[in-house]
Amino acid sequence: MSHNWLFQNGRIIDPDNGVDRQGDLLIVDGRVAPAGEAGPDSVRTIDVQGCWIVPGLIDMHVHLREPGQEYKEDIITGTRAAAAGGFTAVACMPNTRPVNDCASVTATILERARQGFARVYPVGAISRGSRGESLAGYGELKDAGAVAVSDDGLPVHDSQLMRRALEYASDHRLAVISHSEESALARNGVMNEGIVSTRLGLKGIPTAAESIMVYRDIALAEYTGKPVHIAHVSSAMSVDLIRSAKARGVNVTAETAPHYFTLTDEAVQDYNTSAKMNPPLRTEADRRAIHAALADGTLDAVATDHAPHSMLEKEVEFDLAANGIIGLETSLSLTLALVREGVIDAGRLVELLSVNPARILGVAGGSLASGEPADVTVINPELEFDYREESVVSKSKNSPFFGWPMRGRAVLSMVGGRITFDLLGRV
Amino acid sequence: MSSGYHFSQKHILGIRDLSPEDIDFILQTADSFKEISSRAIKKVPTLRGNTIVNVFYEPSTRTRLSFEIAAKRMSADTFNIAASASSVTKGETLIDTARNIAAMKPDIIIIRHSHSGAAQMLTRYIDASVINAGDGTHEHPSQGLLDMMTVREHKGRLDGLKVAIIGDILHSRVAHSDILGFTRMGSSVHVYGPATLLPQGLEELGAVVCSSLEEAVRDADVIITLRIQLERQNDPLFPSLREYAQKYGVNREVVKLAQPDAIVMHPGPINRGVELMPDVADGPQSVILDQVTNGVAVRMALLYLVMGNS
Ligand SMILES: [Zn+2]
Repeated sequence: MSHNWLFQNGRIIDPDNGVDRQGDLLIVDGRVAPAGEAGPDSVRTIDVQGCWIVPGLIDMHVHLREPGQEYKEDIITGTRAAAAGGFTAVACMPNTRPVNDCASVTATILERARQGFARVYPVGAISRGSRGESLAGYGELKDAGAVAVSDDGLPVHDSQLMRRALEYASDHRLAVISHSEESALARNGVMNEGIVSTRLGLKGIPTAAESIMVYRDIALAEYTGKPVHIAHVSSAMSVDLIRSAKARGVNVTAETAPHYFTLTDEAVQDYNTSAKMNPPLRTEADRRAIHAALADGTLDAVATDHAPHSMLEKEVEFDLAANGIIGLETSLSLTLALVREGVIDAGRLVELLSVNPARILGVAGGSLASGEPADVTVINPELEFDYREESVVSKSKNSPFFGWPMRGRAVLSMVGGRITFDLLGRV
Repeated sequence: MSSGYHFSQKHILGIRDLSPEDIDFILQTADSFKEISSRAIKKVPTLRGNTIVNVFYEPSTRTRLSFEIAAKRMSADTFNIAASASSVTKGETLIDTARNIAAMKPDIIIIRHSHSGAAQMLTRYIDASVINAGDGTHEHPSQGLLDMMTVREHKGRLDGLKVAIIGDILHSRVAHSDILGFTRMGSSVHVYGPATLLPQGLEELGAVVCSSLEEAVRDADVIITLRIQLERQNDPLFPSLREYAQKYGVNREVVKLAQPDAIVMHPGPINRGVELMPDVADGPQSVILDQVTNGVAVRMALLYLVMGNS
């Protein structure tokens, strides 16, 4: 396959390099070529009139379920879904079976990912077996290719262990991603605590269960001077804590997921298990606070927390249903809706979905500078599509967004000059 | 009743789904069925040939018996499925059971389940009418209706009454159905209990949250006490039953604060000496046995109406 391409007549949005212009982008030998250079004879031209050309999108929080739960998703189907959603790279959480807490699991994931449709950045465990007791081997995880550590799915209860994780991980240049949850407050909870949980008779999870731990993590980052990244921020209270920590100069970054800025706990109405996740969907006030935080830089990234589950885990009583929804194929459209609503501009969208995730994880990408690997996403911001169960690329179908009016999507994804998804019908 | 009214509920999942007109119509229908219960031969052929299945995932002698008597008085064929506690921890069991029952082509399924939303979930797998006989901490609509029937019988109306609901509001599906029902029918519902047992958003449901037992009960026309679930004491939401009885229990002194003709209710079974003192439970203002009698009439009305008879 040719690795020489010329995208013509697109809007190139590359905020990391201060670029937002109408023009062409040349790819030679899988890398971005200097602007204005003439391509080799073998170059193939793609007219992307009306589309945006942006650095490849990076989802820094997904669950690919391999190894161990391939009936829900595997690295091939998960990265295919990623490519279809415009993502050229994903960071996969370690709560696989076995837990990715050592070099051999990391290596297995990376080996398998060579057949995939997106770059895969493994996230190792903070603690052995994610049991919250002792540090996993960060040195060997890093050597094997992990980019971060997290016990995602579970909080690190032990603050001493969390402190040591922040300190030791920074030795090995691994980001620490915290699933911030105070589990005694969240115990047995299945949705946000409030009027909707009362109406449905479901056990609630107060926002304090999140924000208490967000503050714990901020306090440790502030005290140690080491960075921490807060995963899936869902509440106004957490947003306020992060905003004021950043103002003090604390090295904290944070992500939220599209469902938190799109839906509220009203989506649980009728015991819809496709609206069950942890942290839970919150209130309209929380949703608005997340909008503001995405706009003002308090939140750095949009990550899906893509969590495939089969019918076995979801077609059950609400109390018993597994947490999480798939998100790779809807994230971009839902974030584009924020651009249309005027919450953020297109450049900010690219920061949230590409530039910042690359910086936080310390990986390549997020830039279309000359010489960078040609990880490129072409977005048609106006293309409407039907998001239906039958059209889902992911192996699992647990989404609350079926039937939603989706407008704007990726029409082409390219990883290192190789086209991994093409809605223009070229490959 | 406005002339255009037509009862059109296929399922009875919660008071939440019922309009004031629906509630009024159900109570009227129940009143007429109550008359049957006072006859020497307490049986009508109304539901002959209809099959009713009782699926009880939680032990409940009272509610199950009440529904069964209601069904038998209407000549329906009734079957009981008591799911053992061990087989219900997995959600697949409910769907499997639902599909199995559906294959038997019942007309009505009455379900009691420990998880909120179980009755609604059943409607997705079954064509029959589903009546919720209590789901988790969500709703217990037939109890809410029989409470309203009992109050209306004694007070002649629901509109403009002060109804005090005392106790564990958080875990009580009866309280949820009562709050929705009484407020919808124009009563003013005042709730009180330990702050640890009051869920969020009660005001938005239409209740007045009181800061003392006295405030809740003063001048009330109706006092509804709720059962404290003793098994919850391994996750203590208050220090002891003894303290609960002293500070939140309804005794004769408390009842004196209410209207002289106030009535006292309890969904049963009562923890005597905890949420309700024996002299009140058995005293002249107690209408607890009327509630039991009316329960059969309300359930006859529900069976009758969901089968499309109105
Ligand atoms: Zn998490």
